[in-house]
Amino acid sequence: MLAFILRRIIQAVLVMLVVGFVAFSLFRYVGDPVSIMLGQEATAADRVRLTHDLGLDRSFVVQFGHFVANAAQGQFGISYRMGRPVAALIAERMPATLELSFLAALFALVAGLPMGVYCALRPTSWLARLFLTASLVGVSLPTFLIGILLILVFAVQLGWLPSFGRGDVVQLGWWSTGLLTRSGLKALVLPTITLGLFQMTLIMRLVRAEMLEVLRTDYIKFARARGLSDRAVHFGHALKNTLVPVITVIGLQLGNIIAFSIITETVFQWPGMGLLFIQAVQSADIPIMAAYLSLIALVFVVINLVVDLLYYAVDPRLRVERVVAQNG
Amino acid sequence: MRAWDSDLAYSFRHSPATVVAATMTLLCIGGAVLAPWIAPHNPFDLKTLDLLDSLLPPAWHSDGRVTYLLGTDNQGRDVLSAIMFGTRLSLLVGFGAVLFAIVLGVTLGLVAGYAGGPWDALIMRVADVQLSFPAILIALLIDGVARLLIASDLHDQVAVYVLIIAIGLSDWPKYARTVRGSTLVERNKEYVLAARISGRRSLAIMFRHVLPNVVGPVLVIATLNIGNAIITEATLSFLGVGVPPTQPSLGTLIRVGNDFLFSGEWWISVFPGLALVVIVLSVNLLGDWLRDALNPRLR
Repeated sequence: MLAFILRRIIQAVLVMLVVGFVAFSLFRYVGDPVSIMLGQEATAADRVRLTHDLGLDRSFVVQFGHFVANAAQGQFGISYRMGRPVAALIAERMPATLELSFLAALFALVAGLPMGVYCALRPTSWLARLFLTASLVGVSLPTFLIGILLILVFAVQLGWLPSFGRGDVVQLGWWSTGLLTRSGLKALVLPTITLGLFQMTLIMRLVRAEMLEVLRTDYIKFARARGLSDRAVHFGHALKNTLVPVITVIGLQLGNIIAFSIITETVFQWPGMGLLFIQAVQSADIPIMAAYLSLIALVFVVINLVVDLLYYAVDPRLRVERVVAQNG
Repeated sequence: MRAWDSDLAYSFRHSPATVVAATMTLLCIGGAVLAPWIAPHNPFDLKTLDLLDSLLPPAWHSDGRVTYLLGTDNQGRDVLSAIMFGTRLSLLVGFGAVLFAIVLGVTLGLVAGYAGGPWDALIMRVADVQLSFPAILIALLIDGVARLLIASDLHDQVAVYVLIIAIGLSDWPKYARTVRGSTLVERNKEYVLAARISGRRSLAIMFRHVLPNVVGPVLVIATLNIGNAIITEATLSFLGVGVPPTQPSLGTLIRVGNDFLFSGEWWISVFPGLALVVIVLSVNLLGDWLRDALNPRLR
């Protein structure tokens, strides 16, 4: 057990170091920080002095070490475009992105799970066929197009919901939330659906496939033979055993949702981290790019690690194999 | 071989959705390839553009004109023609990116599987790291870095190639994994041993003997991925980091049209969007069919 956890943690640290290296290369080689900081009339002596002051004349290893040490404390310097510390900019935008992402995940789960169960229990009904066809169309629809179509129908033509921004937000300490005001909640509806729709089709197809598989097993036949009611068989036995892989996938998808919020945030001008990142890419704002990449990488690595460890804890077969391997 | 061919043809004829999808795909490809000759207008010829014709609604509207079947945009460009030229670019990037990813992925997968040892470890670790992030994020990063490295006046000219490389680089691990897996099986077979004994060089064995035996599944993955590559291109262009508005792809057209949504000119973004969905859906249906038709367990 300990060896397994250690190996996974070492892997995670390695991934983070690779991402850190990419971010560092961005800083060091893509933009020239000295020319950016110096004015037009700088002399060669100024350049040398600034290069020395910034530590850019030191060895690569030392510079990379400094970068990693600073990054680990959340220090990514100052945004070229906005002239403010990157850490503060990202902290300001984070609540907007996280709120949207968690609501989208919740929407995908609440809508996708019942649809998947229904499709598995009544595979030949017309509604199940409709769900399946719709999900195929849903996979072929790019996220940004879903957003545009929703805006066209619900914001432009019907005028029911706002099409951009977060509405009024309430400040709770450093966390700003749109969940406590009417306009904030209304502003969340369209972005949540846009971001969650793809994940919903994914969950629906996964639940359907897993449940069809489970319904074919012997213990379901046995439960029926015992005379249990359909409800007990379907929800007490079949659904329960469907949920383990579903939970894993949802966990892994959470990182994807946060990354894909870049697109949704651009469509709805949602003031989150994704919009910040896209604006940074467009204006070559390297500190923000590097910080966002490192943060997203951290989110992915932590989620993967947690899911791996949970899997190990939940699925007893993994442990049995290890014991057999040790004894044999 | 003949029997296999006719099996495939049989399953094709008996799946109406696939026939429709194939027809739509051919129509889109035909319209895109022949755009310079059959498009009703040339949206890039500034001499033929008339600002008085700008923002015309589709022809069936009372204000629309028959010459502009799907209406015009803010510069008086015919939306239908723009879609045909845009599809050209979207398909070029989509196919180009998949081709690039195949070449890269298959080569690296072959090397990893056949050579093994440190090469295998290095290549597959890189693939693992890449696979743990969404492909679009990696394409976005590569595109963003290229944007910084290439001077802006040059960038518009090479934007298409940058996109092809960025999307291809984000997509190769899938192919590498598949090919590595089958190569590991193939390299222990007798024909490889025979080739080795007869003194062929490793490179020749890899590409002349092993490659033809592992390339089958790659084609299925590729068909399923063309739709994804087209969506990725459209998304990057929509986000404003893809091809420039002077050479619009479908994504760029949707991005431009998005600004006119609120003033009621919905046709500028909705029709390119519809074209994108039709293309991706058709290609995906074809890919699904090919996967099932070639899967012996489903026969």
